[in-house]
Amino acid sequence: MNETVSGPRHKPLQLHVPEPGVRPGDAPDFSEFEIPRAGAVRRPGIDEAPEDMRDMAFSVVRVLNKAGEAVGPWAGRLTADDLRAGLRHMLTLRQFDERMLKAQRQGKTSFYVQNLGEEAVACAFRMALEDGDMNFPTYRQAGLLIAGGYPLTEMMNQIFSNGADPLKGRQLPVMYSARDHGFFTVSGNLGTQFIQAVGWAMASAIARDTRIAAAWIGDGSTSENDFHAAMVFASSYQAPVILNIVNNQWAISTFQGMARGGAVTFAARGHGFGIPAIRVDGNDYLAVHAVARWAAERARAGLGPTLIEHVTYRAGAHSTSDDPSAYRSKEECDAWPLGDPIDRLKRHLVTIGEWSEERHSQALAEITDAVRSAQKAAEANGTLITGPHPSPRAMFDDVYAEMPAHLVRQRQEAGY
Amino acid sequence: MARMTMIEAIRSAHDLAMERDERVVVFGEDVGYFGGVFRCTAGLQKKYGSSRCFDAPINESGIVGAGIGMAAYGLKPVVEIQFADYMYPAYDQIVSEAARMRHRSAGQFTCQMVIRMPTGGGIFGGQTHSQSPEALFTHVSGLKVVVPSNPQDAKGLLLAAIEDPDPVIFLEPKRLYNGPFDGHHDRPVVPWKAHPLGEVEDGPYTVPLGKAAIRRPGSALTVLAYGTMVHVAEAAAEDAGVDAEVIDLRTLIPYDLETITASVKKTGRCVVVHEATRTSGFGAELSALVQETCFYHLEAPVVRVTGWDTPYPHAQEWAYFPGPDRIRRAFKAVLEG
Repeated sequence: MNETVSGPRHKPLQLHVPEPGVRPGDAPDFSEFEIPRAGAVRRPGIDEAPEDMRDMAFSVVRVLNKAGEAVGPWAGRLTADDLRAGLRHMLTLRQFDERMLKAQRQGKTSFYVQNLGEEAVACAFRMALEDGDMNFPTYRQAGLLIAGGYPLTEMMNQIFSNGADPLKGRQLPVMYSARDHGFFTVSGNLGTQFIQAVGWAMASAIARDTRIAAAWIGDGSTSENDFHAAMVFASSYQAPVILNIVNNQWAISTFQGMARGGAVTFAARGHGFGIPAIRVDGNDYLAVHAVARWAAERARAGLGPTLIEHVTYRAGAHSTSDDPSAYRSKEECDAWPLGDPIDRLKRHLVTIGEWSEERHSQALAEITDAVRSAQKAAEANGTLITGPHPSPRAMFDDVYAEMPAHLVRQRQEAGY
Repeated sequence: MARMTMIEAIRSAHDLAMERDERVVVFGEDVGYFGGVFRCTAGLQKKYGSSRCFDAPINESGIVGAGIGMAAYGLKPVVEIQFADYMYPAYDQIVSEAARMRHRSAGQFTCQMVIRMPTGGGIFGGQTHSQSPEALFTHVSGLKVVVPSNPQDAKGLLLAAIEDPDPVIFLEPKRLYNGPFDGHHDRPVVPWKAHPLGEVEDGPYTVPLGKAAIRRPGSALTVLAYGTMVHVAEAAAEDAGVDAEVIDLRTLIPYDLETITASVKKTGRCVVVHEATRTSGFGAELSALVQETCFYHLEAPVVRVTGWDTPYPHAQEWAYFPGPDRIRRAFKAVLEG
């Protein structure tokens, strides 16, 4: 094909398709992941010029060291009570996931998405926001609700699509909505909410409000057009928004390198937009909280958006419809160098003399009991398999504020 | 009262809405300092400041997505997509997000937003400045779809759309911006000042969404039309000397079934006209509704006059455009049928 008379003038081109290097059966390998010592990364002033802190996109802010100590310039902003609350939030989320996974296997609902291994990201982040701020989450930020004190039974009512489901049986499980808890309705379409968060933040600035927004997206979904729309809008209007990329390494079966391409890090995507970008150890509760608070302070001070890449690992399956053993090494999770967020925070609290194995066991028992009670209360309202469900009549409500005549006719035709 | 073009009427609606409610914000490509490529937002930035009327990056998905976030916050964004032909990047935000927000959040979050876009051809705009994508919106539950045909309606419908609690797609037939084009492209342009519907109240008023208007009463047949085609159908009736009743739907969703059925039951004959491509166009919905509700009153099959199922051409624009001659032939068919 396309050869000149004198023969081929150029070597044929070849398509490059990125591959993770490690697939089932291979030995896990994180040797290319450069992890600085805890405490080693500097803490810029919130008003430092974006071009002067580009280094922050190529390192990883870490606070907890191997000995369980909080070290470096990002440490020291949480009290022991705050940390114990954080541990409880993460334990609650993990327990909640366990029970809901089991409930899904029992057929009590159709689908579930767990947060295993990523609990610190949403739980710590929520504590850096103020009431009134608005998150635009994906389906893997249930920690925002739990850390914000949203009732577990309400979450389960939604998961079971039962008679008390606040969303009236309309949404897939875990696509929560909780306006009063600063939790925007989860779409299920990927990336769409990223630009909406920027719009919300722009509105807050237009209204001369003091509230800020937080956008959430996964590593894979940064490929979506709406990610780039959000970045250019956030940058051009200097919107008071925190742009969170949760890099949990896997987008179902696709490794993060497919979305990242030739960029060294996801955080570096901020640089082309002049948005300060910072990478954080997503399994370090203290680091996530410190970085989130730094970004929130920037936003609230009118200094514009911040891009945060939370480096973490999706320890579980993508969803109950997924089996990761088909595409990634079973040992990879154990080899993940940033450890488990709950173990690390627990160790820290023990190290500083604010926690013990006994207290931990007791807390775990209390939490297990609380989650079990919440589930019992939710199941009393019904499950997907047993019902009762919201009335089919409710399907026709809220399509519009006022039901137009053609929908009234269809509802009547349907017999409701 | 004042004589206004459709552009001036739309501008006046923006102005009044912004004046009485500071939650109304206006943005889009070139709408700020410059006032829009069709000048519909001229002067608004100067009057209300750049945080209430401003330019946007060239990213339709971003414009609509940001608007959704603003609406969720509690503002009332009115955004402009420069041409309806450019709305496709925003379609996911419109369909999956704006339209379903109230339903999926059980009313916790709503989307009070107007998405304006110039629609239709007849300006030698070729395939990227001439499309009529209304059926892509009428097919989506949760959206309202409005197509004004004159300055008086444009102002009242836009004010109603801005106050409507749900997302409204507001399609402005660009060929009507400066005059009531009747499809006789070889004749001199008629300005709005010579047309009774170019007379517009200075103050605020609304034209309710979901109410059609009878533009030309008649008894021989019913024409269902909207936007530019209302004027083309009226011209065809005059040219042919047919006592046609021309109904201007004004709002496609919700549609005014009462007015449609009352007219078709009276005349027993129906011609559906739109500029958009035929297959799965809104005319198919109208034909089905007429068949379902007026079958035993019909004296002849319903006839559709539409753009052809081709991309909108450039040099062959008038072969594509469903002009008065084609409508006249349709009249003949339903009257003889």
